[in-house]
Amino acid sequence: MDLQRIRNFSIIAHIDHGKSTLADRILELTKTVSGREMRAQVLDTMELERERGITIKAQAVRVNWKGNELNLIDTPGHVDFTYEVSRSLQACEGAVLVVDAAQGVEAQTVANAYLAIENNLEIVPVVNKIDLPQADPDAAAAELAELVGGKPEDVLRISAKTGEGVADVLDAIVERIPPPSGLVSAAAPPRALVFDSSYDQYRGVVAFVRMVDGAFAAGEPLRAMAQGTRFEAEEVGFFSPTMKAAETLGAGEVGYVITGLKDVSRLRVGDTLTSERNPAAEPLPGYKDVKPMVFAGLFPTDSDDYPDLRDALERLKLNDAALFYEPETSQALGFGFRCGFLGLLHMEIVRERLEREFDLDLLVTAPNVAYRVLERSGEWLEVHNPAEMPRELDAVEEPYVRASIIVPKDYVGPVMELNNDRRGRFDHMEYLSPERVLLAYELPLAEIVLDYYDQLKSRTRGYASFDYDVAGFREGALARVDILIGEEPVDALSMIVHRDAAYSRGKALVERLRKEIPRQYFDVAVQAAIGSRVIARETVKAKRKDVLAKCYGGDISRKRKLLEKQKAGKRRMKQVGAVEVPQEAFLAVLNLNDGSKK
Amino acid sequence: MRPTAFGGKQLRAFDRSWPGLTAAPAKPPRPLGGIASDALVRHLYVHLPFCAHRCGYCDFVTVVGRRGQHAGYVDGLLAELELERELLAPELETVFLGGGTPTFTEPRELERLLAALPAAAEVTIEANPETVTPALAELLRRNRVNRVSLGAQSFQPELLGVLDRVAGPDDVRAGVENLRDAGFDNISLDLIYGIPGQRPSDLAADIGEALGLRPEHLSCYELEAKPGTRFTHAHGEELRRQAEAMEGYFECVVEMLIGAGYRWYETANFCRAVGGRDLRSRHNLAYWRGRDYLGLGIGAVSTVRGQRWRTTPRLGPYLAALREGRRPLRELELLPDSVQREERVMLGLRLDEPLPFAAVAASVDAEALTRLERLGLAQRVSLGDGEPPAAPGALTLTPQGRLLGDAVTADLLA
Repeated sequence: MDLQRIRNFSIIAHIDHGKSTLADRILELTKTVSGREMRAQVLDTMELERERGITIKAQAVRVNWKGNELNLIDTPGHVDFTYEVSRSLQACEGAVLVVDAAQGVEAQTVANAYLAIENNLEIVPVVNKIDLPQADPDAAAAELAELVGGKPEDVLRISAKTGEGVADVLDAIVERIPPPSGLVSAAAPPRALVFDSSYDQYRGVVAFVRMVDGAFAAGEPLRAMAQGTRFEAEEVGFFSPTMKAAETLGAGEVGYVITGLKDVSRLRVGDTLTSERNPAAEPLPGYKDVKPMVFAGLFPTDSDDYPDLRDALERLKLNDAALFYEPETSQALGFGFRCGFLGLLHMEIVRERLEREFDLDLLVTAPNVAYRVLERSGEWLEVHNPAEMPRELDAVEEPYVRASIIVPKDYVGPVMELNNDRRGRFDHMEYLSPERVLLAYELPLAEIVLDYYDQLKSRTRGYASFDYDVAGFREGALARVDILIGEEPVDALSMIVHRDAAYSRGKALVERLRKEIPRQYFDVAVQAAIGSRVIARETVKAKRKDVLAKCYGGDISRKRKLLEKQKAGKRRMKQVGAVEVPQEAFLAVLNLNDGSKK
Repeated sequence: MRPTAFGGKQLRAFDRSWPGLTAAPAKPPRPLGGIASDALVRHLYVHLPFCAHRCGYCDFVTVVGRRGQHAGYVDGLLAELELERELLAPELETVFLGGGTPTFTEPRELERLLAALPAAAEVTIEANPETVTPALAELLRRNRVNRVSLGAQSFQPELLGVLDRVAGPDDVRAGVENLRDAGFDNISLDLIYGIPGQRPSDLAADIGEALGLRPEHLSCYELEAKPGTRFTHAHGEELRRQAEAMEGYFECVVEMLIGAGYRWYETANFCRAVGGRDLRSRHNLAYWRGRDYLGLGIGAVSTVRGQRWRTTPRLGPYLAALREGRRPLRELELLPDSVQREERVMLGLRLDEPLPFAAVAASVDAEALTRLERLGLAQRVSLGDGEPPAAPGALTLTPQGRLLGDAVTADLLA
């Protein structure tokens, strides 16, 4: 195919602004799928994606439009997958930026637009959902033009739902987005960017690639340049929208390579594939190893399910290279895994898939971030679990994020207050329109992993939109707070908090625990401590009476059932020393801010 | 729960507290040929459901008013007794007439019933103080009743008001006096503590008043807010609020009664421990020792040879069945050995007498027992039959353990 007739593009949008619907319409209009095959949101194949209306795994589809080959590279719609989004964008020359005509520009729109601009993409701005009664296409178009530095009249106005204006979008893609450039010559050392991968249980890892230079043929020995993984291309082809094998994949084209690899971790998104016979000297720029930033312990509610949890994680990992896990033993919660995620949504998705697809009952500990610790020995150590944080250390670094928050101007005050509470550093503020304001902050990731988003929504009546990306590690005045129940330290309840907040968090947690721990045969002290210094203490008073007064002939069966219930309740308790602690108590730290803030 | 057992809505409401039983018009266990006499039932419960009115806290099977049906109900009881007679030993140890308010039953009908019931060493009747006239006391005496359990509940008029009780403190005193005059030498008083608004001084005053009447026996119950009662609806919230303030009341009751020379022989029951008489309730001891018992009347429960059944609580169907010579509908529950053992532990540990260990060992968690011994809540004791002290063959709870009996039992059961 003549490079001049190829266009590679993505659709980027805030969640629910209609990206998938637009993709569906494009497939229909280009007759890539027949009306009969058309299901809503063809590209979202996973059950969860369809249900939540978000795209988790990027996909790429080839469509034909007026003699041109258009490759639509779908991107995941959430901040946690920014790296995947940026890889997808790197495989394109242009992006269709979609904004809901009723909602206007949102935080994610901004983040995506910046990402596209950073990748030198030509942006085709589109206002969608103009058929909605509450739509204000003029206002949305003005915001969008402001954002991408164009003119409002260049913003296309469409309804992906009704199909109105979708043909214009396709025309604009052909007209405005430049064709790919690259070394077309068959003799050129081939280079292809891996922008995503998936795992097929029969055929192994399937790499989604954008050919930059040269061509790959089926059967060719290939190599991933960053990781050095070698394999043979069992098949090459493209999506239309299902996999269609081809003899070769040429420069500028988007398609897939079936690798036969049995382990997704051996082929990372962002890596460059080249030919073993005619290797390129330099890989494509920009490969980066994505590192999980949010960690949590996953424990089976029933310890007998531990092997099932291990198998399930192994299988999830096949399709999700970013998922990290290692065995963890907690004296309170037993055997489980410490898992690392890209962000909160990623964690939520993994947890839901484990519970839904693998039918596991899980206890998930409060999430924490990764810390870098300078030990007395002078060595830097990465810590994923508060319980592993050394008590003696020289310095601690924690991850910070660049956060963009877009709110109606009336809510600027409450959002600033929230960010100040969360150790945020104000960066700048922009008026997107007379009504809406973009606030840029730097925030410690640790301050947003627990309940930041809920707080943000409740303080702005749901109007705020929020996005972030990781900015790097910064030193922080952090302390490890341990919790002792009846003199026994409880690893699962240790937390790392800013020194200024240690006292109030420690106090809040022991108060919470006093309420969660049922009264025992003896007084139980619940303490929060930094090192050996106790900073808060509560007592769960011993119970003095626990017996049903009456028990005669007619009461015996009822009484026995009550006793069995009481016994079953005890069985669900975890033993901490001599104290029985309900599993829910280990989640107390998750809900620390309930009611304590407005 | 299968409400179809007895059909109507009434059961569903009544049945909330009754764990899921097999619904069947159960046949009673058939006595086998040549069965040993100790396999025959020696304890009989007779339910007399009639009441002048329903007290707010009550969740027993009661029938308010319906004076016209008393005769028919006694006919029903006697017909049921005939149907079950083959289960009963020729000589009974105890008969217990409970309610309802048994003494609210028409005197003529009550007398007809008492005269027709089998003789027993202990015959107890429950009575509300205001019903105990000299004439009634005389009637009971003449019909071999030798123990009366009087529902005093409290001596504070305002607390009695909270409980919807009709009797005042003077009625209680008069009732006891009438019984004494008629020659009764085994009187039990029921007291309720933990009544909304009850102060520690009220509790002390109640116990003082009760002791002043020198009852042979006292039952002291903490007020339970049973789900679905009018009382819980009105006072449940308040009870929860004051729960912590009142949790010491039980301890207080125990201390005061022991101090007055009473024996705390069961969680909620106390008897005078003077003069060499065993004044424990023999009938209730049978429940706590896991003996078989037969219950007659609506809602009555029987446990015989590993089967437990509860008769329909509905008066109409009960009477209709018996008029036709049929057994009324019952809910049946089978009690496998393991369940019987658990119940032995659960009930036996309510008593101050040691529970022989061998029979229940399979249901006891040895590790838990060791832990509870260390905490001073349970102890292994000698049965006193000359066994070596190294092998104590019985189990008992310490006074502290008895206050926490439910939690301790839940721990102990394997």
